[in-house]
Amino acid sequence: MSPVRSDGRTLVFSGALDIGNLNQIDVEVQELLQSADPGEWVAELGQLQHIDTAGAIFLHRLPTAAEASGHRLQLQNLPEQLQPFFDFADPGQQTVPEPAAKLSALESLGESISQFNAGALDFLYLLSDLTYFAIHSIVHRGGIRRDSFVDQAYSIGAQALPIISLIIFLIGAVSALQSAVQLRQFGADIFVADLLAIGITRELGPLMTAIMVSGRSGSAIAAEIATMKFTEELDALRTMALEPLRFVAVPKLWAMVICMPLLTIMADFVGILGGTFVGITSMGIAPTAFLTQVASSLFLKDVLTGLTKSVFFAWIITIIAVYRGLNFSGGAVGVGKAITSSVVSSLVGIIILDLLFNLLFY
Amino acid sequence: METAIDITQLCVAYGDTVVLDGVDAHIEKGDIAVILGGSGCGKSTLLKSIIGLVEPRSGKIEVLGFDAATLDEKTRPELLVRLGVMFQYGALLNSLTIADNLALPLEMHTDLSSELIEAIVRTRLASVSLSHAYDLFPNELSGGMRKRAALARAMTLDPEILFCDEPSAGLDPVTAAEIDELLLTLNRELGTTIVIVTHELLSISRLDGRLIMLDKGRVVFTGSVAEAHSSEHKTVYPFFHPGENKT
Repeated sequence: MSPVRSDGRTLVFSGALDIGNLNQIDVEVQELLQSADPGEWVAELGQLQHIDTAGAIFLHRLPTAAEASGHRLQLQNLPEQLQPFFDFADPGQQTVPEPAAKLSALESLGESISQFNAGALDFLYLLSDLTYFAIHSIVHRGGIRRDSFVDQAYSIGAQALPIISLIIFLIGAVSALQSAVQLRQFGADIFVADLLAIGITRELGPLMTAIMVSGRSGSAIAAEIATMKFTEELDALRTMALEPLRFVAVPKLWAMVICMPLLTIMADFVGILGGTFVGITSMGIAPTAFLTQVASSLFLKDVLTGLTKSVFFAWIITIIAVYRGLNFSGGAVGVGKAITSSVVSSLVGIIILDLLFNLLFY
Repeated sequence: METAIDITQLCVAYGDTVVLDGVDAHIEKGDIAVILGGSGCGKSTLLKSIIGLVEPRSGKIEVLGFDAATLDEKTRPELLVRLGVMFQYGALLNSLTIADNLALPLEMHTDLSSELIEAIVRTRLASVSLSHAYDLFPNELSGGMRKRAALARAMTLDPEILFCDEPSAGLDPVTAAEIDELLLTLNRELGTTIVIVTHELLSISRLDGRLIMLDKGRVVFTGSVAEAHSSEHKTVYPFFHPGENKT
């Protein structure tokens, strides 16, 4: 038997009115009201035994729903034991906030440009502040913890040695193999050594080192600073009269700028070693011949250019990581976003700087 | 009595949202002042404005004779070293041990020998019953221990004013009472002015300080705990008599 039936102009509810049967009841009530001529109705609730929140809200809204079909409906005889639940679930006069005005395409574009400009300005402020602090703090060491530079250098430089060595050794080997396939067609196998020496020192050594440091240490810097902001550590430093940029970021910038060229020198060496290994083992070139060819093709300018690039790569990676960390917002998701945007922006920055250097020097 | 903090017509806003609107407050040296109110009433923002972490839109904040709202970068450290701040979640530097956290203000702002700094740190840790945590890192401590360590760090430079943001929030009743007792001891023994942000009724009663109650960014009540208990004010009454209907 349906929990609702009509008796003349009376809707009689009985049994339970809850989330399990409410949909069916709603359909039946709507059909009853719509098929009848407009007039006065009564909802007789005396036989109701149970209602839940959905049922109570349905009853609260019933008079308004009836009004939409041109009727006037009154609730009556709600059992006393159901009254508290009915009152508690009163939806009342709910005001729906007006949705924010939708921006036009042109307004959205303007908003994006304005946000980009503000972000770019913030980045330039940070770039100048951090660069100034990094240089100023060489002489004035106040506000920087004694061992922090060593800790950072160990983390950014020493701990990165194994992974960077492995990757760059393999890249050197792959480069030698690939170039050997082409050069062998012209009987110019030995020029693999030239290609390797120039390619690694000018381009692959500094670039691959920067990419790996960006992924490994840049992301760590962004995550650390974002987390420090989240846990109010940066505020705590400010209240201790310590400038967070100087205390947290300067040792990292120093460590990065010192370690990156050292890592690049090591990468140059190991990369050439990887190529030499392939030259000796799979191309049958004598070790002395290969290394002599490498030495003759190396120019100091190439090595120095690579090292200069690495210093600028270190600078841009750190500043971007610090910027992303400081501009973090939200919780765990925000930290993840800060890391991702730090790595992506650093890679873009590295490639743009690399292009500028190539335009300048070659 | 000398003035520790004097706030006049302070207005603070985040974008278009006004958080503090014309706040006036006065705290004497040696007082315990409790800033209280419901969630989102502007308590923490008021605290952050006083210690210079939030820039006011208008109004005046005078702390120990300094105009805190307009201090330049060179003068601000002079004021900050005379203040101690205990953050809600401790804000200990996670990369440093507890001892290094406590030693940090001493290393940065004094030229004391490392032996003396170590002795001060050990004494401070003992005063908060954390001697065993000397070499531990913050993530190795419980919530209550972290708060005690944060209190010890805030006290390292013997500040004239100690600010505490929700010092006993989220702690078990025993630990919360210990923290309150520590604050009372500091106030009694060292004469430290203490400014506490809280909405914990038990703590408010134990500390028995001068109350500054905020509601919707405005001061709605100032007075003692006893006065607050007998107040009929529409915001104060339900706060001190939760669950009771005012008749």
